[in-house]
Order: sequence, then C-alpha cells, then structure tokens
Amino acid sequence: MAFTGVLAVEEETREVFMNVGTAGEIIFYVVSTLTIGVFFWGSYRRVKKYRRGRAAFRMANLKKALFANPFQGVRRREDTWSVGAVAANSSVARRDRAAGIAHFFVFWGFITLFIGTVILTIDYDIVRKASKLIVGEEMSFFQGTFYIVYSVILDTMGFTAVLGLAYLAFRRGAIRPKKLDYERAEKPEGGYSRSKIVLGDWVFIGLFAAILATGYFLEAFRIVATGFPSFEVWSPVGWVLGRGFEAVGLSTAAAGTAQIITWWTHAALALTFVGMIPFSKAMHMLLDGVNLLVHDRSSVRHLPAPPPEAEHVGYQELSDFTWKELLDLDACTKCGRCHEVCPARTAGAPLSPRDLILDLRQWADANTGGITLLDHETRPDRTGPLTVDHEAPIAGGVISSRTLWSCTTCMHCVEVCPVGIEHVPTIVQLRRGLVDQGDMDPTLQTALKNLSTQGNSFGKSARMRARWTKGLDFKIKDARKEPVKYLWFVGDFASFDDRLQANSIALARILNAAGVDFGILYEGERNAGNDVRRVGEEGLFEMLADHNIAALESAQFEEIFTTDPHSLNTLRNEYPERGASYKVWHYTELLLDLVESGTIPVRSLGQKVTYHDPCYLGRYNGVTEAPRKLLKALGCELVEMPRNGANSFCCGAGGGRIWMDDSFLEERPSENRIREALGVGVDKFIVSCPKDVTMYSDAVKTTGNEGQMEVRDIVFLVQEALTNKPAEPGDLLERTGV
Amino acid sequence: MSGNVLVLAEHIGGEVQEATYELLGKAKELAVALGGEVEVAAFGPASLADQLGGADVVVSVDHPALAEYNPEAYEVALLSVLRERGPRLLLLSNATIGLDLGASLSVHWDASLAAYVGALQVDGDAVLATAQVMGGKLHAEVELTGERGICTVLAGAFPASAGTAPAAGSEVVAFATPEGLDNVQTKLRSVIEPEAGDVNITEADLLVSVGRGIESQENLEMVQELADLLGAPLSASRPIIDSGWLPKTRQVGKSGLKVKPKAYLAFGISGAPEHLEGMRDAELIIACNTDESAPIFDVAHLGTTEDLFELIPALADKVKG
Amino acid sequence: MRIVVAMKAVPDLVEEIELTPDETDIDREYLKFVLNEWDDQALEEALLVKDATGAEVVAVGLADDPDIDQALYTAIAKGADGAVMLEGGGADTHSRAAAFAEYLAKEPADLVITGVQAPDDLDGQLAPMLAARLGQRHVSVVVGVEAKDGNVVVRQEFSGGRAHVLELPLPAVIGLQASRETPRYAPITRIRQAMQAGGVRGESVSTDVASSGLSVRRMFRPEQTSHAEMLEGDVDDIADKILELLRERGMVKG
Ligand SMILES: Cc1cc2nc3c(=O)[nH]c(=O)nc-3n(C[C@H](O)[C@H](O)[C@H](O)COP(=O)(O)OP(=O)(O)OC[C@H]3O[C@@H](n4cnc5c(N)ncnc54)[C@H](O)[C@@H]3O)c2cc1C
Ligand code: SF4
Ligand code: SF4
Repeated sequence: MAFTGVLAVEEETREVFMNVGTAGEIIFYVVSTLTIGVFFWGSYRRVKKYRRGRAAFRMANLKKALFANPFQGVRRREDTWSVGAVAANSSVARRDRAAGIAHFFVFWGFITLFIGTVILTIDYDIVRKASKLIVGEEMSFFQGTFYIVYSVILDTMGFTAVLGLAYLAFRRGAIRPKKLDYERAEKPEGGYSRSKIVLGDWVFIGLFAAILATGYFLEAFRIVATGFPSFEVWSPVGWVLGRGFEAVGLSTAAAGTAQIITWWTHAALALTFVGMIPFSKAMHMLLDGVNLLVHDRSSVRHLPAPPPEAEHVGYQELSDFTWKELLDLDACTKCGRCHEVCPARTAGAPLSPRDLILDLRQWADANTGGITLLDHETRPDRTGPLTVDHEAPIAGGVISSRTLWSCTTCMHCVEVCPVGIEHVPTIVQLRRGLVDQGDMDPTLQTALKNLSTQGNSFGKSARMRARWTKGLDFKIKDARKEPVKYLWFVGDFASFDDRLQANSIALARILNAAGVDFGILYEGERNAGNDVRRVGEEGLFEMLADHNIAALESAQFEEIFTTDPHSLNTLRNEYPERGASYKVWHYTELLLDLVESGTIPVRSLGQKVTYHDPCYLGRYNGVTEAPRKLLKALGCELVEMPRNGANSFCCGAGGGRIWMDDSFLEERPSENRIREALGVGVDKFIVSCPKDVTMYSDAVKTTGNEGQMEVRDIVFLVQEALTNKPAEPGDLLERTGV
Repeated sequence: MSGNVLVLAEHIGGEVQEATYELLGKAKELAVALGGEVEVAAFGPASLADQLGGADVVVSVDHPALAEYNPEAYEVALLSVLRERGPRLLLLSNATIGLDLGASLSVHWDASLAAYVGALQVDGDAVLATAQVMGGKLHAEVELTGERGICTVLAGAFPASAGTAPAAGSEVVAFATPEGLDNVQTKLRSVIEPEAGDVNITEADLLVSVGRGIESQENLEMVQELADLLGAPLSASRPIIDSGWLPKTRQVGKSGLKVKPKAYLAFGISGAPEHLEGMRDAELIIACNTDESAPIFDVAHLGTTEDLFELIPALADKVKG
Repeated sequence: MRIVVAMKAVPDLVEEIELTPDETDIDREYLKFVLNEWDDQALEEALLVKDATGAEVVAVGLADDPDIDQALYTAIAKGADGAVMLEGGGADTHSRAAAFAEYLAKEPADLVITGVQAPDDLDGQLAPMLAARLGQRHVSVVVGVEAKDGNVVVRQEFSGGRAHVLELPLPAVIGLQASRETPRYAPITRIRQAMQAGGVRGESVSTDVASSGLSVRRMFRPEQTSHAEMLEGDVDDIADKILELLRERGMVKG
C-alpha cells in the first residue's frame, strides 16, 4: 500500500474536491449528511415494518448460508442459497443466462464503485483529518501505486457495469419480454395502471446510468483539465474519453468548468440515488441478498402451521405475516419469472404470483404508511392493494378469493424466483382464512365434506378403499395384520377411480411376481392430506394425518412407497412433524431398483416417449432421475419436453384444484402441456402420478388429439416389457397371470 | 269398519293431474278387495267432478280458499272430509301435497301412515304397502295397523289408465263448507311458473343429456327439440359445456352439478367416472351409445347401441304422435 | 326471533346397508351415521335467516341418534347460537315428533325449520307431524324462507318447477327441500373449538309416547343391475320401449 506520508502534489493521485471550493465542500457535506439521514430513516422504517412480523425461525439458515455452507447453490439449485451464490448471482443467472451475466456485471460494478467511494471517504475524511490532528500533517494512502490500482479497478468495473446496464436497458426497452410489461393477470373492474412502476424502473436504470456516465465524464474532464498526467492512463475509460474531448477541441480551461459542473451533477445524482434507495426499486440491492440468505425452499414441502397464537384463522393483519414473508414482499424485483411459468397465469386464471406479491406489498405499505416513490400501481377506485380500510379482509378483499383459489401449489414460482421469495406458504396461509369463512367453490366444499366423513374425496365409503384388490388373483398382505417390508400407500385416485384401478392392479401384479414383500393398510388408509393442507383446511389435514399415523403405527413394515407423489410429499415431509418419520419411496424408485437389480427381467421396448415430471415428485422432492433411468432400462428413447425436471409444467390438478371448477380457463394447463409434448414429436406421454393419467387423457381429448397421443402410466411400460418376454414354462408370467 | 278408499285429487288451475289418476286406478283395486267404494275429494271448482268419473263418489268442496293449493286450507278441508266420510284408507301423492298433508293428518286423524309407497295390496284384512327407504336402496313391506291408514304414493308407481276409466253411476256429493276455511291465515302471494330460461337441472324429474357423440353444435338442435317435446331440460357432459354449446349450469358431473332425476336419458356419453359421479343416483338411466363397451352401460338400467342420430328423431316423432 | 332446527342422524347412504337377521330393520350396529342431508339444508336456511335478521338459531337433536353430537357441534361451528340434545324420544317419526313437541312446549320457537324428509322416515315426515302436535301451521317442500314483520314468507315447490309463494303468521314449522345457498362448510378447527367450548345442552323428554301404527313385515333389497339391460329390436321398437317406460313413470303425457 502506498501509504507514503506527506501528500506530494506531484504524486499519482487526484484531488478529491477539485475546483469545488470550501463553500462547495461544506454544502456537499451538509447535503450528504442529510441524504444519508434520509437513507437511514427510510431503511429504519422498512426494518420496523419487518419487525412487526412474527418470528420466522430463519437464523439457522442465515448462519448456514454465511458460514457452514458458503457455496451452497452456486452451481445447483438447492433448498437454500448462500453468500457464495449471492456473490455469483447464481439465482439470477439460473434461468436466464444473458440477464444473469449482465446483472453480475452491474452488481459487481456497483459494489466496486461503492467500495471505492468508501475507501476514498476513509482516506479523505478519516486518515487525512486524523493525521492532521494527531501528527499535524495530512497523510494519505490515496496515491502512488494504490491510486493506480484503484483507478484501474474502478474504471474497468464501472465499465462492465455500463455494459451490463446497457444490455438490461436494451432488453427492457427494445426486446421487451412479455413478462416485463407488468400486465396484471387479474384485471380489476375499475381499471388500473402500472405506468408508475414502469417509470420507476426507468428512473432506477436511468439514475444508475447517469451516475456512471457523469462519473466517466468527470474523470475525462479532470484529465483534460490537468493536462493528461501520464499516470492517468490507468483510468483508461476517462483517458480515452478525455482524448476524445481533446480531439473535438475542448480547451483545458473549458474542461475545468465542465469538470466542476459535472462534479456537482454527479454528486447530486449519486445523493439522489442514495436517498431514494429505501423508497424505490433500488431497495432490492439491500434486501435481496438478505432474502436469499434466509430463503428456504423446503418451507413449501412442509408448509408452516397457522400462526400459533392468532385469535383468528388465516392471515388477517400485518402481524400475522412472519418477517420473512414481509421481507419477501419488498424483495420482489418484478422480474416476472414466476409470472411467466405460473400455470394459473398461463391458463388465464386471475393469479400471477408476482401480482400477488406486489399487491400484498402495496397493501402493507398503504397500511403502515410505507413510502414508495414510483413503485406502485394506481387505481381510480382504490380497490385491491390500495385498500386502506382495516376491516377489509386480505384474503378475499385485497387479494380476491378467485386469485387465491387459482393456485395449483405447483411451486414453480418459488423454484424460479431469483430473490428467494416463497409464495406458496403465503398463499396457503391466506387460503386458510378463506376456508374459515367458507369462501370456496361448492365442488371443493363437497370434496372436503367427503374427506371429513369418508376420508376420500370421492365420497365413497371408506370401506370400499381396497375393493380394487378384488381384481387380483392373490391377496395383498394386510400390513396391519402381518409384517411386510414395504407398506404401499396407495392414495385416493389409485384406489377409487375406476380408470386408475388398472394401474394399481398392474403394479400389484408386478411386485407380487417379483417377490416383493409388500402390504397395504386396506380400509385403514385415508387420504394423506397433502392437498387438503394446501387448500388451507388445516384441521382436516390434522385429522387425516393423525388417522393415517395411527394406522401406520399399528402396522409392521420397514419402508413406505406411494403411487401418488402428493401423498409422498406429505408423508415424507410433513408427517415427521407429527411424530411419524418413515423412509418414503415413490413406486418409480422401487421399480427402478427391481429392474436394475435384475429382479424383474425386462426386454427392450424400443419406444420413443416423452416423460412428464409431476410437480410433487420432481420439483418438490427431486425425484427426476429414477423415472428416467427406468425408461432407459426399458429401452425407451426419451425425448424431453422443453420444460422438464424441476422446470416441469404443472398439470393443473394440485393444491386442491382438481376439486374446483376449471371451465373458465382459456387453456387448461394440461392442454398446454399436451401441445408441448406434441411439439417434440412423440406419441407417447408417460406419467408417474395417477392424477396425471386422468388429467392428460382428458386433455388429449379436449385438445382434439385423440389417436395422436397416448397417455400411459410408466407401470404399464414395465408390464409391457414383461409381457412381451417369451413365456417359458413356470416363469414369471404364469405366476402373475398378466 | 268401512272399506272405502279416499283419494285427494290434485289439480293445477282446474286440470286434474296425472298422479291423481294413478291413485284412482289403484284405489279401485283396493276398494274391491276391502269391500268398499272409491271416493275422491275434489277441492276447488265443482267442474272438477267432470274429470273424476273414475271414482264412485266425488266429494266436492268449493271455496275460494281452495282455488289453488294451500296447505292450511287443504288440511282443514281434508280433515273434515275424512272425519265425515271415515274411509279405511287415504291415498295421497308422495309429492308436495302428500308431503304436506300425510304426516299432519296422521296425527290429527289418528291414522297410521306409510310414505314413499311404490306398491300396495290387501292381504286379508290388512293393507300392505311396499315403501322405498334409504333413497331406494331398500324396500320395506309394512302393514298399516289400526282402523285408518294413509299412504303417500310415489309418482309413476301405478298406471294412470286404470284411473281414467269411468265408474258405473258415479255420484257427486257437495260437501258443506268446513268450519275454519273462512279463517285461513296462510296466504298465497304469488304463483311462479317454471321459467324456460335458466333451468335448474338438479330439480328436474327428467333430464335429456348429451355428450360428445353429438359431434357438433348444430346437431344439438335435434336433441333440444326432443327435450322440449318431453318437457325436460337439456343437460350435458363437460366437453359440451367446454365447447360453449351449453351453459355451465347444464353440466352434470364432478365439476358440474350432481343430479338425481327420476329418469336420465344419456345420448352419446361414454360415462367417464367424473360424469358418473354426477348422475349415478338417477332412478332410471337409459343410455344410448354406439360403443357397447362404454362404461355408461355399467350404471344404466337400460341401454341401446342404436345410433343417436337415428334414435332421437324416432323418439321425437313418436312423442309428437 | 328464535329458530329451532330439528336434526336427525341417518345412515350414510354411501355405505353398504345391512339388514337385521329377521330382515325387518336395518342393522344399525356397524353403520356410519351422518346428518340427514335435508336437515343440513334446513340449518343453512336458518342461518341465512339469522344473517338477514339476527334471529337466534338453536339446533336440536335426539341423544339416541348415533353421532348426533357431531352434527350439533358442527351446527355451532357454522354459526348456530346453541344446541340442545334431547334424552328420550324414539326411532320413528311419530315418537320423534312427540319428543320435539314436548321440548318446544318448554322452550317455544317462533319458527321450526327441519329437513323436508329423511332417508329412513318410513312413517312420514317430521315437519307436518310436529306442527300437528304443536297445533301450528306448516309448509313442506320449501326452497326459501324469509322473515317479514312477524310473518314468514316461503317458497313452496311443486314438480315441474312450479312454485307458490306463501305468507303465514308465526309460529310455524317448515319442511325444507333446499336452502337458497349450498350449505356452508364447517372447518374442522371450528368444530373442534365448538366441542371444546361444549355448547350442547341436554334436556329430557318422554320416551316413545306415540306409535307409528306401522308394522314392518320384511325389508329387502330391490334387484340391482350391474349392467344395463340392452333393448332389442329396431329403432322404432326401441323408441317405443323408452317412451313406454317414461309414460309409466308419468313423465310423458298420453
Ligand atoms: C378434473 C376433471 C373433472 C371433470 N369433470 C367432469 C364433469 O363434471 N362432467 C363430465 O361430464 N365430465 C367431466 N370430466 C371429463 C370426463 O373425464 C370425460 O372426458 C367426459 O365426461 C367425456 O364426455 P363424453 O362422454 O361426452 O365424451 P366421450 O368420452 O368422448 O364419449 C362420447 C361417446 O359418444 C359415443 N358416440 C359417438 N357417436 C355416437 C352416436 N352417433 N350415437 C351414439 N353414441 C355415440 C361414443 O361411443 C363415446 O362413448 C372431468 C375431467 C377431469 C379431469
Ligand atoms: S405455485 Fe404454481 S400455480 Fe401457484 S402461484 Fe406459484 S407458479 Fe402459480
Ligand atoms: S416474485 Fe420473484 S420471480 Fe416473481 S417477479 Fe418477484 S422477483 Fe421475480
């Protein structure tokens, strides 16, 4: 470091307040202090708002993200992010490389410039002043080699920020992706305008660009005014720009004048920017790193319970939200990624996860005196997020019940959100209020009633649950009466739906023939409650879960497997909190194991297929490889759809949507998906969730593609691979009778 | 003990209803077995008697309070008639009027009562009724003990034809205005005629339902014509609603409405579980589907693999007569 | 205004219903009981009247009905102001009517609303029978109840969609066919809260004071079809057959 004592004017450095004068300097300090005051005041108001929220229990996440696992999520999306992932902008680049790189440049450019400014402040306001006081002489490190290195770094990083910003502005202004037009999914009757939000974005970009530009101009004017000192070549952008000015005939004196004007402009812009941070989109620079560090995707897999001390059911006031949920609201950058992938929005339902977050944010601000300069929607009738009436309900008022009921809880929004927002738990918390008020579809009401009386949504007698096993020529063990290795949790659809019973029968036969020791709970099983919970009927979920847990406890088994990914999710992730921890597999995992180990001998099918990842299997629980390997083992050529794996597109049935009317949708998500599959040129659509068979067979019909696309459960491929095997005396086929 | 059987005539605006003839027919048979006569209580204009030639005695009560059905007025009048005439058995339709009067008269007239009756016979001295219970899942054969009995009879249980045949020497008795009829407190404010517009398919007795077998919206007209002729609303499977050919209020099934009509005619509906969920409880299901393995036939009582484009016009022609 | 909703627990029709060994009754031992669906409608209608007028709604059931407490707590969870469980009464409608009448003599109601029928009321429906015992006016097959200056305005339905709008003075008994809105859903949490609060009061009434006058000789299951009977013949024959069936049921004129 070039800490070389006495300030020598000829040294490689620059004058900090060049041409500003003492009065100017004083004015600058006064205004700066005021600005910083405004900044802290605004930030304090924000923090005060978050502190009104409930405990979120995310401190462990924060610690892990900072210390225990500082590189989590850098390369692969995991449940949590980390300081490394934030630094690498991993979450931003994940779904949009170009935007990610541009953001990375701007991000680091800004941080570098900020650090640069801090260093300068330390030198100028602390080191120099202190040394003068103590030693009697002004000392500085802002010179010599240090200055040169400093200049090079700041100049280049600033320049990359310019490039990044230019791309982002170009994208926003010229490419204009649909997701950035901020059109609402739900159009309020009285009309709305989001032009202020658009303007706010441009102000943000514009201010930032202007600060960078004036910074370089200032540098250039200074270099011209000081006659191109040779070391200033280390401020390459300013140098080149200065040479340019020189070439167009800028005199040294004029450059001096320009320099001081630009200096003030630059300072004014920078201070305006700082002052605006807590009141504008710029806030995301401070909040989103934090939000990412405390993010935990697993909150969607095991939903939080309702607020324990609340007098009412469902979120009704600000203090019902946790501080993380409140932070989520302010963290949204409106990037529209969730808006783009949301199956409800895609289908024309009045829900966009982005709108939900923005509406709640604006409502929260409107009710806590939060100040946002431009970043808000306007409505002539002051409805929705503009509601200030404290009596107006959040669920069903600020956010319409139709909006809340549109969510399939597919988790796609949470998956793609670059800033760690967890929409789904908030949606469910709000739905809990709707359920309490009875604000729901009559068909959903019927399903819930059936679930509470019979434990299944079909309204069939609980005693009929295992009737499908009558179609077998052997008896499946009753795990409540004899010990088994695997307990098969069959699920409602695979048990009660006439069409899907064939799937269950096929699976039972295959397992039986393979000598797998398995059993079921017979009429002891109830709906696992996954979707009941997501509907927001927590009491019923508890009832169902407790019933199942009692049945599971009365049974003897080692591990569980399920046919239904929804059951899998709650059994695996939510039952443990109720004291029932088991190893839970999906049947594709079990079948893969049997095929790979050779227990089930299969021949190659040589079919060309595509595979649909169920949300609750792939995105929720990361089971994407087993079905693929199984397809491969069966000799199928898998042609992936563009949206696959964790990025799979929802069928539209989750979160209780299967019990609600979907006729108002412009295009059902399942129809959208079938069209996607047709686009990749296959005629076999393989699924691994019973509901999917129903949803997609129906979609094939409703899109008029009967005969073009066959929807099959993967279990039938396994069966076919067996069946076509030349039969030998006494071999598997005879025993199974398939 | 008298062996007479009394029937309450139901009429709308002076026109005697089908259900009354069904009861009259059966009443004749029972009266013969019990050694009595058939009496019919006719409340309203004296001219009603002209339509009730099937009874041996028409007991006519003409009073302004009885011009239209009124639960209080009818109860007052019928109780007087019963006390005065003292029949062995009272037959009512198991529809609104029977549901109003049967049970209260059972108390006031101190008679045994069997509801939801689908069959009636006399066994020696005893009157035996077979009633539907548990939504038709079970039938119960019961004896109406005591000197007086009331049965409320399901529509369509007996043929109406037997009730229209005139009895020999039918007699009309003008009944003295029962006490209390002038003091009826239940007031009829208005009569609501069924609207043609937005029908409620859950309330209809008969539904004509179509599925994708109908192929196009134009073809729907043909079914609509049949439905109009039968006085039944049109309902449909979801694809028809999805296509916007019929409003959502006509959708039968899981995501539509659950219906329980007395008869459900299904044309070109395959019988997907979601559809069956909404209509499997219909009392009579008649399905028309060219595919003999269509699951609709698993719940239907009667079926045909006739082409709907042949069958529907044939039906329409026959109803037109 | 005090509205009493008389309730009954009935066998759940989705269950397989078994008969007693002598085949004169249903075997209640292993049956699952649920609230009579029409009583659920009655409760909803009463609650709608409450919403409109602030009336007091009390749900009343007989303690001997299996799981009736569940239905009563559910009623409270939905918004009823209280619930009463009567010790006494009997199984058939005649003795039930006597039991409810005895209770209502003690704690009179301005309006009683109950389901128009129940799946097992072989000896008649509760509403008119109760009204007869109380000496009150009654209307059945009602699809809408509104309170209006001491009177009640109801919509009584007839087959084919015809309806009468009737106005009658209180007190009265209404047999409800369908509520104006789908019965509301009672979240399990609310039912549990109601149970914890224990809002169901007991009252005793006399047992089996009235007789139905019916003697059941036997019960049996009607023949079940698992597959449709396929109609034979050409289009004309089939059309004839279909129309004949409809005529028999009184659904086609002529
Ligand atoms: C979540 C969900 C909810 C649903 N909810 C409902 C619901 O509420 N209601 C509902 O109905 N469906 C519902 N469905 C759709 C259901 O799965 C079926 O797709 C639908 O019921 C099929 O309608 P369909 O029988 O009219 O059509 P298809 O299944 O296509 O049947 C048409 C039938 O017409 C027959 N046919 C063709 N030509 C003729 C002819 N000339 N004469 C006679 N017969 C002919 C064919 O043999 C075929 O059986 C739902 C599906 C899902 C996934
Ligand atoms: S969970 Fe799925 S449906 Fe719900 S808001 Fe998110 S993306 Fe949309
Ligand atoms: S919620 Fe997340 S993904 Fe959606 S717009 Fe906001 S920042 Fe983007």
